[in-house]
Amino acid sequence: MAFDYDKWIRPGKLPHIWCPGCGHGIVMKGLIRAMETLKLEKNDTAIVSGIGCASRLPGYIDCCTLHTAHGRAAAFATGVKMAKPEMNVILVGGDGDGTAIGGNHFIHACRRNIDMTYIIMNNYIYGMTGGQFSPCTPTGHKASTTPYGNPDPGFDIAKLAIGAGATFVARGTAFHANQIDKLIVEAIQHKGFSVVEILDDCPTTYGRRNKYKSVIEMMNRLKEVAVPVKAAEKMTAEQLQGKVLTGVLYKEENKPEYTSEYAKVIERASAAK
Amino acid sequence: MSKKVAFLQGNEAAAQGALYAGCNFFGGYPITPSTEVAEVMSVELPKIGGKFIQMEDEIGAMAVILGAALAGSKVLTSTSGPGLSLKQELIGYGCIAEIPCVIYNVMRGGPSTGMPTGPSQSDVMCAKWGTHGDHPAICLTPASVQETYEEVIRAFNLSEKYRTPVMVMPDEIVAHMRERIVFPEKGEIEVVPRKAPTVEPAQYKPYDTSYGDVPPLASFGSGYRFHVTGLNKMQDGFPTTKAEVVQAEEERQVRKVDANIDDIVTFEEYLLDDAEVVVVAYGSTSRSARYAVNAAREQGIKAGMFRIKTFWPFPDKQIKALATKTKGFIIPEMNLGMCALELERCVQGKAPVLGIFRVDGEPINPDQIVEKIKEVK
Amino acid sequence: MEKTLPKIEIIEKYCKGCHICVEFCPKDCLEMKGFYASVKNLEACIKCMQCELRCPDFAIKVITE
Repeated sequence: MAFDYDKWIRPGKLPHIWCPGCGHGIVMKGLIRAMETLKLEKNDTAIVSGIGCASRLPGYIDCCTLHTAHGRAAAFATGVKMAKPEMNVILVGGDGDGTAIGGNHFIHACRRNIDMTYIIMNNYIYGMTGGQFSPCTPTGHKASTTPYGNPDPGFDIAKLAIGAGATFVARGTAFHANQIDKLIVEAIQHKGFSVVEILDDCPTTYGRRNKYKSVIEMMNRLKEVAVPVKAAEKMTAEQLQGKVLTGVLYKEENKPEYTSEYAKVIERASAAK
Repeated sequence: MSKKVAFLQGNEAAAQGALYAGCNFFGGYPITPSTEVAEVMSVELPKIGGKFIQMEDEIGAMAVILGAALAGSKVLTSTSGPGLSLKQELIGYGCIAEIPCVIYNVMRGGPSTGMPTGPSQSDVMCAKWGTHGDHPAICLTPASVQETYEEVIRAFNLSEKYRTPVMVMPDEIVAHMRERIVFPEKGEIEVVPRKAPTVEPAQYKPYDTSYGDVPPLASFGSGYRFHVTGLNKMQDGFPTTKAEVVQAEEERQVRKVDANIDDIVTFEEYLLDDAEVVVVAYGSTSRSARYAVNAAREQGIKAGMFRIKTFWPFPDKQIKALATKTKGFIIPEMNLGMCALELERCVQGKAPVLGIFRVDGEPINPDQIVEKIKEVK
Repeated sequence: MEKTLPKIEIIEKYCKGCHICVEFCPKDCLEMKGFYASVKNLEACIKCMQCELRCPDFAIKVITE
């Protein structure tokens, strides 16, 4: 027995477009395992993305898939979910797509707490356009448009999501592959807007500019910086310097979910008719 | 049984027309002078189990209706100039992905914030040329509250029939004035349903041209799984850069409208039979023009009006025919000569085209038009 | 109990030669052979599945009983 990814992949679509060593494929496999675990009905599952390398993911998966415009995934997906609340709606995309051009749609999807799951593959760079800095590129790092080092401070996607009102926020890495599906399963099961940030690697446009000699070095960095939230509880601030917490970072069960709230609006309006 | 009548504002009539057409999803963002549409929809849609959502911005409002349309809804958004500029990105998406939707845009002064409460007709070019790339364009310019109601219904029908975004563009005067409106009975005006696929899900392709230039559109969550993208695509919906496929698909998208101009273009001919001077007008300006034509006739001038109801596609054929028997055209419009350019293109120098262009937030009055009519020798 | 060995299938038409599976195999079962990953020592495999999980390219299947 081996896990049957083919069941979820559209025939003839592999190999995918991602570069050797790019973690997006690892995340896609995690998503597929999560969908299999949850036995999601393909016909009732929409996967929605924006633009960029990560946003090509939906094209491979045998569900209702929507590759929208740059940054707009959350807003399109909101339309799908509002129209058919019974559908599972999963968003995928990269850090630039989600937090720069799509930042407004992202925070408002969080605020509404609409029952969708957003998987953000954070590889700290705009990969598809050739490696320009994103809102997640660390300060001082090199990108094709920060040749002297990035002067911008970066976003912490998880904190942004929590601050904006998302009710489930988790973080994993492309290195910790066996954790990805577990985080996504929990996110999809959560009733409300869930965000799963996966720290990812872009060897082609980020790694080579920032002195990573190989994909392996980039993977090792993910391995080294990641600290599970439980383990972090026992660590000092000094020990946590430069580390990134992984696992379920935030969960709030009591905030009303948007489509359920709108169902109440329909009830009230129908009663007043 | 007497018909239901009401005294309504253009924007309110637009919302009522949308409901008649079966609209069950509205996504919008507040903007003067079109907000009343959103307000009415927020009241009415939930009563019938429909959905209303106010989005975080204009682009989001366009995105949310496209998403809902793909999930099977009949969708509307409303906006005005600055919002129309923002929506252009995703109007293009609607065109290439071939998603039925109606965009109701009230024309106010511009560019930029311009004059939010002043009337204008300066978005008509934006309706065709606003989004980048080649794409079909349908834009209706109603002149009364009753017509706004009926044209919104027609816009829904055209968007379903041709699987493309359709714009309805009243100017601020039409949108905000109040008039008597007579509601049609249920079934009195045809409502065109979405062309659903007839094949099994496994055989379904979202851009299958074996059904002609307008392929059936399935909806998400209905048992059909397919891929939608804003990239140039093949018949199965997946992206391609294959030259001959891209060329054929782009041509087909434009042909959906170009080959059906007679079905789409509507207009009114007023006293044109013996007219020597033709006033071409649209929207509220046509109301002044009608008055002016009557006044000119009283003074012995054979004037008439060609009223554009469908601005895009432009009524080329009709204007070209008029150009051969007309001494001169007058084009009054609340912009600096946008329709005039189209008119000149169709008239091809066969007659003079005299413009009356106002962008000061004031309507064009009949006297101005009468004076211009007299200039035609 | 006798140890049962898995079957490790490498799908070369999908493999992009990134080395991830080889580098992170805890038992050093895999190697690069030319451009592609290849099984070097199946006997050592403990079926931890990490190579399959981490392969970004859907190019490795670890088939167990």
